[in-house]
Amino acid sequence: MRHPATPAGVPSTGGGRIRAPLPFPTAARSAVADDQLRANLHRATRTIRGKRVRAVDEVPDWAALRDAGAAIKADVQRRLPELLERFEAAATAAGARVHWARDAAEACRIVVELTRAAGADEVVKVKSMATQEIELNEALAAAGIAAHETDLAELIVQLGDDTPSHILVPAIHYNRTQIRDIFRRRMADAPADLGAEPRELAEAARLHLRRRFLEAKVAVSGANFAVADTGTLVVVESEGNGRMCLTLPQTLISVVGVEKLVPSFADLEVFLQLLPRSSTGERMNPYTSMWTGVTPGDGPQDVHVVLVDNGRSAVLADPVGRSALSCIRCSACLNVCPVYGRAGGHAYGSVYPGPIGAILSPQLTGVADNASLPFASTLCGACADVCPVKIDIPEILVHLRQQAPHPVAERTAMRTLSWIMRSPRRWALALRVARRAAGPLGAWRHRRTGTRTLRRLPWPASAWTRSRDAPLPAPQTFREWWEKQ
Amino acid sequence: MVGKAVTARAEVLARLRAALVDAPTPVDVPRHYRRVAESVDLVELFVDRLVDYRAVVHHGFDALPRLLAGVDRLAVPDDIPGHWLTGFAGQVRRDTPPLSPADLDGMDAVLTGCAVAVADTGTIVLDAGQAQGRRVLTLVPDRHICVVRTGQIVGLVPEAVARLDPRAPQTWISGPSATSDIELDRVEGVHGPRRLEVVLIPDDDVIAPGR
Repeated sequence: MRHPATPAGVPSTGGGRIRAPLPFPTAARSAVADDQLRANLHRATRTIRGKRVRAVDEVPDWAALRDAGAAIKADVQRRLPELLERFEAAATAAGARVHWARDAAEACRIVVELTRAAGADEVVKVKSMATQEIELNEALAAAGIAAHETDLAELIVQLGDDTPSHILVPAIHYNRTQIRDIFRRRMADAPADLGAEPRELAEAARLHLRRRFLEAKVAVSGANFAVADTGTLVVVESEGNGRMCLTLPQTLISVVGVEKLVPSFADLEVFLQLLPRSSTGERMNPYTSMWTGVTPGDGPQDVHVVLVDNGRSAVLADPVGRSALSCIRCSACLNVCPVYGRAGGHAYGSVYPGPIGAILSPQLTGVADNASLPFASTLCGACADVCPVKIDIPEILVHLRQQAPHPVAERTAMRTLSWIMRSPRRWALALRVARRAAGPLGAWRHRRTGTRTLRRLPWPASAWTRSRDAPLPAPQTFREWWEKQ
Repeated sequence: MVGKAVTARAEVLARLRAALVDAPTPVDVPRHYRRVAESVDLVELFVDRLVDYRAVVHHGFDALPRLLAGVDRLAVPDDIPGHWLTGFAGQVRRDTPPLSPADLDGMDAVLTGCAVAVADTGTIVLDAGQAQGRRVLTLVPDRHICVVRTGQIVGLVPEAVARLDPRAPQTWISGPSATSDIELDRVEGVHGPRRLEVVLIPDDDVIAPGR
């Protein structure tokens, strides 16, 4: 038996809301048929794409910033254990308490215990992907603690008993009228004649949350960045709800994925340029808060950081896939993705939708548990072009497709094809046989339709022709034609 | 076999070390991005960017009494330079003893200085240093009047980061509170101050607490 002090380090997959309950094509079917949803998504993603392009185009050194961002993150991954220890030491020295969680359940337990220790039965929350991932709100509710989302979009989703559908704008699937209806129905203090103007809706949210902020004892946040050298945490936001949560309560608990580190404070100079321009298309987001442990007399005096693995070690273990851990959650890849733009975020079944979700979720859970997601892409590459940290999403998608389980028939067919194509003689022979066999059929189709294609193949090949035509072999190969010349 | 005694910390670190058995090659971080802005009129650029994000900009000290004329209750940090309040007839609430959130909620405005400002992004950074006070001061009141000395304006984000101490709690402010959560339409004014007014003063004004 090994000594307990030297644990068996086996990179482990995670749990929480990262596992698609339905295969992507099944889940996407109803979304694609929902005209309202598609209209909302189209409008929103088109708007933000335009903003991002304008914000990025005015930066002459954008390419150099991306190079730096990608390299800093690659360096972090390479030195992750060492940097985490350094972060822990610095944050602890500054008065924070650092906790570690192997998985979602353990992270939730820690937050529940800390909230109880603070004598609170409710918490205010800053928008955080990590807490969505670990399903913290559900865990808090089960422990009798009410979690109040304070980001406008998260509030909309929470009041609508829904789940987020976008990393940055969780309520992107709703338009203003739908949001007004949710507020009228579920927000007790909303005016009865509440209109659908964004300004009015934002005002309603401000009033709804004001007292809650001023009286909150415990806040829960995530972090956009954690600085290893100094123990500093950074939260980037727009509305001021983040500042409220990070400043007013006595106790602050931040749930941080281990990949969020940057080595030094100076590295923020790169990410504070890359993130706002890539995500909201602004030169800078309205508010960025940074804190290092406890500042006596200013802000929370009881400060906790929960460092979460939950599958990240499994992602790190794959040399090809690990760069998915570079993601700074800007969501630019969602906004340019033709698949996301039509299917929306819910079809991905994970808190991480879109192209980044299609590579991150399967790696966090193990590909077998999210096998359809690597296929939820056309491999067009638009995601890689906009990624501020240059994650080669298509490359990782293809890599994960190779790991996904394939049906026996498909595997056998591919193996046979590979055997045939390995030898020029076998290949030429196979073509000749196929041509002979399909010749009369091709000629008949050509006479009737002008093309040598079949609309429908018998099962199991019918799966292929459901959305495509199947081409028949040409009457003559290029080589045969060349030899005749 | 893993015993109960293994802490989550040890387990997570061991997993991450095991994940790196392929020993990835060291990375050289290329830093070819701009560290210092080329010669541009920083004040002009800063004003342009502030206005673009709907902050209101005033020039010179003379603007201050005019701005404050409409304010009854004004929160200020302890070490606010005395002459910033010259001619102010309303009620000044200093942050000693610390003002409660409810007190601050009843204020018409807060007046502070700043640590550094970034022209390229129209950003004002507060670090709880001189004439800035606690973070909560500039958060709860609905109107924030911020005095920026022209010498505090730098060109680019890297220049600002270089001037700041990571140990100080920082708030980077770019325009008033805003949201784009509804149809990605930007709306100014949610939870933070809905009005941000910037008073630009020449650099030769030395901040002297209690003057």
